[in-house]
Amino acid sequence: MSREGLINLVLAAILLAVPIWAHFADEPFIITLSTKVAILALAGVGLNLALGLGGLVSFGHAAYFGIGGYAMGILASHAQDYTPFMEWPFLIEGTNQMPVIWLVAVVMSGLAALAIGMLSLRTSGIFFIMITLAFGQMFYYFAISWTAYGGEDGVSIYVRNEFPGLNTLDAIQFFALAFIALMLALIFSSRLAKSRFGLALTAARQAEQRVETVGIKPFQLRLTIFVISGMITGLAGALMADLNRFVSPVMLSWQTSGEIMIFVILGGVARLFGPVAGAALFILMEHILGGFSEFWHGWLGLLLLIIVLFARGGLIGLLAGKEKADG
Amino acid sequence: MGEPVLSIANVSKSFGALKASDDVSLDLRPGEIHALIGPNGAGKSTLIAQIAGGLKPDAGSIRFLGNDVTHLDTVGRAKLGLGRTFQVSALAMEYTALQNAVLGAMGASGGVFRFFRRALKDQGLRDVAEQALARVGLSDQAGTVTSELSHGQRRQLEVAVALTLNPKAFLMDEPMAGLGEAGSKEMTGFLDSLRAEAPILLVEHDMDAVFTLADRISVLVYGRVIATGTADEIRNDPEVRRAYLGEEDE
Repeated sequence: MSREGLINLVLAAILLAVPIWAHFADEPFIITLSTKVAILALAGVGLNLALGLGGLVSFGHAAYFGIGGYAMGILASHAQDYTPFMEWPFLIEGTNQMPVIWLVAVVMSGLAALAIGMLSLRTSGIFFIMITLAFGQMFYYFAISWTAYGGEDGVSIYVRNEFPGLNTLDAIQFFALAFIALMLALIFSSRLAKSRFGLALTAARQAEQRVETVGIKPFQLRLTIFVISGMITGLAGALMADLNRFVSPVMLSWQTSGEIMIFVILGGVARLFGPVAGAALFILMEHILGGFSEFWHGWLGLLLLIIVLFARGGLIGLLAGKEKADG
Repeated sequence: MGEPVLSIANVSKSFGALKASDDVSLDLRPGEIHALIGPNGAGKSTLIAQIAGGLKPDAGSIRFLGNDVTHLDTVGRAKLGLGRTFQVSALAMEYTALQNAVLGAMGASGGVFRFFRRALKDQGLRDVAEQALARVGLSDQAGTVTSELSHGQRRQLEVAVALTLNPKAFLMDEPMAGLGEAGSKEMTGFLDSLRAEAPILLVEHDMDAVFTLADRISVLVYGRVIATGTADEIRNDPEVRRAYLGEEDE
């Protein structure tokens, strides 16, 4: 196993061991923090596919995170109030079943990514960053003005949604769900990176002309990864909303887009476990430094600066060294 | 010699007042190497870009294998079988030589939208890629990252990637550049044998290579083809001598 593989395994083991320890030590807050890390890492894994593999600097991933969150908020609030989501032309009821909510979250965020991607992938560089940001802001202001679902105040639900066969109110069981989702997304990502699709996509980032010259359309590759990326981040949004039992426009704000990007950059762009390391570090800093001062973001900024200037591979790059080319 | 594989008819392209291609006509026949020469700024790159599909001509038409490809993009022309190499290497620099060649093999075989199986474990792709690397003499470097290859080796890799496509015609932009004397000789020998597989439209500054290889030569000056003919005809063409060859140490 490569050094990076070993580090990844250790990271996964720590993320699993900490909440299990907390469960037996009766420290529910630690379990919640761990769950938060797993969910935010999942959002980062989504972005990392577009940003790391595809070289697509999306500054609007909060849109998918928020759509996932609102999928939860809307469906669960209707189930909670016993009101249908819509009656005409056909009846759609709310639901408190996570699998259904996740499916809706993934499909809706995928559709949004498809529409946004079709328009914004015609641009590149700074224009792409700005146009994805603009789309993200559109969703943000839409949510603020959507009074049916709380407008600026968002939507709260009283009880966490259900998953067949599990008691999701038990913190460790809900953590298990988030952890498994994260691991599946990571396995998928690692397979995808070395697949035919991944090879072509990463080549398009390095030498677009070359890819065209061998008869492959970079646009199709990028649109596909953009949609997959949005879907994974959307799933994370649904989980996050369920963790908090709350969704508000904050999930859709550009600060959220920035935070998801920070996880990826802190941990290491295009490194498989980059978002995991990044989200863990972010939450740790928020928890520890946030205890000293509510202005802890200043230290975060300093750290980001150091990483961008001196350690392009992020935390994973520091620990595992430069990435090896696939043999 | 049969129907031309590639024919460019009355192609013009202007950038503002500059006529980069001025009513250019030339063709590529089966089995031949047709060299395109001309001083710097003659419009060779612009012409190549129009033939490859990256630039649309203002007027004129381009036919490839009997199809009008004037309005087809780069991807479409590649799919029809136009194998291109670049003047400035356009390779995935973080990839190994093998990965670059596998990319070519993948483009040729289709099926890019597969997400699970490792591309490099696909023996079919590997065979095509390794064969192409072997043909240009790069087998030893298959596992080397492209950014660590020498300039000359990258030229060879460019050709290898084009080979993986099994093209019906080659469009080569200065494949000898930076190869050194020995490398140049080797590449010349290789291209010589390659013309039987598919004809080559060759842009090249190395005049020894051009006069050794080319069945026909077209001379481009200020966007115009001022002469087309065999090596001897071009050598003795007074207009060519005046416009171009006179400046060289022939």
